[in-house]
Amino acid sequence: MDLDAILKRATEEIVSSTTLKDLDQYRIYYLGKKGKLTEVLKDVGQLSAEERPLLGQRVNRIKQQLQALLKDRLEVLTQQEIAAQLAAESIDITLPGRNSSQLGHLHPVTKTRERIAALFTQMGFVMKEGPEIEDDYHNFEALNIPPLHPARAMQDTFYFADKSLLRTHMSPVQIRTMTTTQPPIRMIAMGRVYRRDFDLTHTPMFHQIEGLMVDEGVTFADLKGMLSSFLQAFFDAEVPIRLRPSYFPFTEPSAEVDIGCQQCHGQGCRICKNTGWLEVMGCGMVHPNVFHFVGIDSERYTGWAFGAGLDRLTMLRYGVTDLRSLFENELRFLQQF
Amino acid sequence: MKISEKWLREWVKTDISRPTLCEQLTMAGLEIEEVTPVAVPFFGVVIGQVLQIAKHPDAERLNICQVEVGKSSPLMIICGANNVKVGMKVAAALQGAVLGNQKTILETQLRGKLSQGMLCSARELGLPYESEGIIALPANAPIGANLWDYLDLSDHIMDVSITPNRGDCLSVAGLAYEIAAVTKAPLMPVEFHSVKPSISDTIPIRIDQPTACPHYVGRIIRDIRMDAITPIWMQERLHRGNVRSISPIVDVMNYVMLELGQPMHAFDFNTIQGDVAVRYAKSDESLVLLDGQTVLLDPTTLVIADQEKALAIGGVMGGLDSAVSETTETVLLESAFFAPASIIHTARHYHLQSESSYRFERGVDPLLQIKAIERATQLIVDIAGGKPGPVIDVKNEQAIPPSKTIHLRAARIEILLGIRFSANEVMDILSRLSFTLTAVEDGWKVTVPARRFDITLEADLIEEIARVYGYDQLPQRSIHGVLRLDPQPETELSMTSLRHLMCDLGFQEVVTYSFVSKKLQQLVDPGVTPKELINPITTDMAVMRTNLWPGLLDVFLSNQARQHCSMKLFETGLRFLVQEDNLLQQSRLSGLVSGSAYPEQWGFSPREVDFYDLKGDLENLFRKTLQSAQFTFQPGCHPALHPGQTAAVYRENHAIGIMGALHPAIAQVLDIQRKLFLFDFDLDELKRAGLPIPQEISKFPSIRRDIAILVDHTVPVQSIQDTIQEVAGGLLQRVSVFDVYQGKGVGSQQKSVALGLILQHSSRTLTDEEVADLMDSIVNVLTTRFAAELRG
Repeated sequence: MDLDAILKRATEEIVSSTTLKDLDQYRIYYLGKKGKLTEVLKDVGQLSAEERPLLGQRVNRIKQQLQALLKDRLEVLTQQEIAAQLAAESIDITLPGRNSSQLGHLHPVTKTRERIAALFTQMGFVMKEGPEIEDDYHNFEALNIPPLHPARAMQDTFYFADKSLLRTHMSPVQIRTMTTTQPPIRMIAMGRVYRRDFDLTHTPMFHQIEGLMVDEGVTFADLKGMLSSFLQAFFDAEVPIRLRPSYFPFTEPSAEVDIGCQQCHGQGCRICKNTGWLEVMGCGMVHPNVFHFVGIDSERYTGWAFGAGLDRLTMLRYGVTDLRSLFENELRFLQQF
Repeated sequence: MKISEKWLREWVKTDISRPTLCEQLTMAGLEIEEVTPVAVPFFGVVIGQVLQIAKHPDAERLNICQVEVGKSSPLMIICGANNVKVGMKVAAALQGAVLGNQKTILETQLRGKLSQGMLCSARELGLPYESEGIIALPANAPIGANLWDYLDLSDHIMDVSITPNRGDCLSVAGLAYEIAAVTKAPLMPVEFHSVKPSISDTIPIRIDQPTACPHYVGRIIRDIRMDAITPIWMQERLHRGNVRSISPIVDVMNYVMLELGQPMHAFDFNTIQGDVAVRYAKSDESLVLLDGQTVLLDPTTLVIADQEKALAIGGVMGGLDSAVSETTETVLLESAFFAPASIIHTARHYHLQSESSYRFERGVDPLLQIKAIERATQLIVDIAGGKPGPVIDVKNEQAIPPSKTIHLRAARIEILLGIRFSANEVMDILSRLSFTLTAVEDGWKVTVPARRFDITLEADLIEEIARVYGYDQLPQRSIHGVLRLDPQPETELSMTSLRHLMCDLGFQEVVTYSFVSKKLQQLVDPGVTPKELINPITTDMAVMRTNLWPGLLDVFLSNQARQHCSMKLFETGLRFLVQEDNLLQQSRLSGLVSGSAYPEQWGFSPREVDFYDLKGDLENLFRKTLQSAQFTFQPGCHPALHPGQTAAVYRENHAIGIMGALHPAIAQVLDIQRKLFLFDFDLDELKRAGLPIPQEISKFPSIRRDIAILVDHTVPVQSIQDTIQEVAGGLLQRVSVFDVYQGKGVGSQQKSVALGLILQHSSRTLTDEEVADLMDSIVNVLTTRFAAELRG
């Protein structure tokens, strides 16, 4: 075969090759050690001295030509091959992902609890706990609620035969803390409390948060300031707040704390009974009798305390309208939090 | 407490608007819960009198009434009420009248007969009380008068929420004092004259228990007119105060209570035998109360008695036999001061609460008794005639609560409230509240009005200043305190991190009641006696849980009933155990798993969750402590769990919890069809964590060798792993169990276990030879210990 024929055929074959493997074979066939072009050069001895360099030059040119062709084709075929692989490997990305299990959720009240704990921790408050089955002393007496006090009727209590009871508020934790710790005290107690009440707006078990600060120079102004910053932070909004005088045996002065109704923004609606306000907590300055019971000098120290329903705060925060849904444990409800 | 606004405004002259008044009272601590109009406006209703009644010829239930309404001629009105009577004073809606229910009355034909109006019931008019049939108005109601005006219905009912310390506000007078103090409006107490005795009848009254009753005032009134009726203004005020009108005498008693705050009682004098005594009940004494129930009296109960018998439980409830009736001509009025503690004790003992006991419990003004009996006498004489005897005043001065004087230090006000008040401000506020002040060096001596039972300490006075000044006017500032960093031991996992981990592992947190059904509790924790409530709300909430499983199973069952069957639940909380005489309240982390092992999805065939799914989750939980090697699973037993699928979990030889399949017998009782697994752990043990102890990671290549052995099917795989660990020592990086097989090709009592061993030396490359030697010795030991055969 003469060089022209080789060039023509090789060019055809390279250009029309469809696989990398074919292309490689053509490379070897034409340009390999034993390839066609090498073969042509074997016969160079038979040529004249003038013709030899000419042939050599021609072979080299053709070699370069073919190498260029090969390179171009290699690129094309490589791209084609990757394209084919990609096409073959395409998947339906809309199919659902694989799950070994679904993520669980915290109970909404736990969410509230954790948020509140995080907020008060910033201000140096310590989280405290205590027993749920309590004695009369810690739940009532040390809180300035003697046996024949009308305030006992405010909280219908669950009792056991041995006169122990289920705590009706978190205040026993305050008593226990003040009994064992001298001021300064900054504490928060959150947990389950129990009252004998079961209707549309009451469950016999619910959750409360109570906070206490005792130190020298603590005033009602501090209480107002703290409540305001806590409620703004909790609701993550500028909520209007008002304090109303009220009565608790364990604080004096005492106040109820109202926030502007989040539903109607003060316009009046069913939720706020047309008052524009919603009661969210009770608070006050620690009663001197309570300090007396726990052995804190009420002349030297003053303190404030507050209490609120965690369930109620949760409901207001997330717009839950039925308290009971927090205790029914309907999983589809809980999975939304 | 509900009370008429008009009545209040008679006592305090103020023209501030209703909303402002409510706002001011609420902000002074007397929360106005609701203000409602007494009636929905109606027009064109007058007082009429039924002159004649004839049956409607074509309607059996209807009557054609001739009604005088003060016009030129009587009207013919057809009425279906069966209480209509000749002579009755009625509410007649005339042609064109608009009733409270927005109905317009027009002349109309009823079965062929003309009706020129309508006789109305309370509900048709829109009045807030019920009447049987049409309203019967008092006989002296003026014919033709506008009913709206006659009943004085342009009034509102204020519902005031009165805190237990403010018994002094449970009356018009008490509220008026507050309104006057808060609004600075002048107080206008009702004026009345004392009635001079016209007879000299008295009765000896003896107080045996001066502590419980230091002051008892009585008065006899004879010749009361039996046909007297309570004037409509009084009836209406009682109604608006949520008190039913009964008879003139009883109504006056209640009226004086609402007006002045003094609960009163009237005895039918003719039922009293001999002298009156205020004494404790005798043993075996019993009394039929006004509400009809008979009570056996307790010897600590204060009674009002005659020579023979108890007549009433003092301050709580009267007796039926001595009560005034339609035939009572002579009464003995009672106006007494009963000590709060005694009344609370008695009311609680009998589970009785009356308007009277409610007020005495909270404290009634000990200086009010004479005034109240004078007011009552005047009202009775005005309404029903009668000849009063002299006031019988019996008291024990020592037992009457003494007047209180409190030292108020000016500096203390600022210490508590964070604001300095001028002396004038303090004196102004406290004197508006009827306190008397005498200046002393550092403040004042403050004398407290007798009706203020709630004021005993300096702090109470400071609250008075604060609330009248206005809580919203008091300053506000950020809290101040010593900053400190509290240690947060890294070796204690927080509840937060454990809860979040459980959620990440796919468990949903639930919160269930701490009290559960005794039956269910004993089913899942037999042999443990739970602590029982003496006053549970229902039997489903009767005992304290001894573990958290009853609540979790309830959640499972209720969700299963809503077609939600696959779940992984956890709860944290206390369990309550009684051990000997000790009550243990222990924190637990418990949970329940049931249903599919993973959510339904493509590419996996559905599989029920099993023991090892849960075990894997728990192993992850234990890893959180960074000391997972301390945790071991050993065959365990619990009466609620399947004996062959239960593991007790130990942490360094200390049992910390249990996991396993629900016992099939219990599943059957609870009608649970699917596999269900429970777990329960000591939360404090799970919180205990280690600090990381990092080891250097070997840079030399590791070698993997797999072996498959045949052993008896009862050999625990854990012991094979332990043996390999023991023989391989430090060279063994990890051993994994990648197959366990029983069945075809394996002897019936055998199982095949395939293990992968990763071996690595910390400081050099292992040679094939030493690895081969090690594998040989491992197989040898396994053969000796477990009769294991190496599979080809």
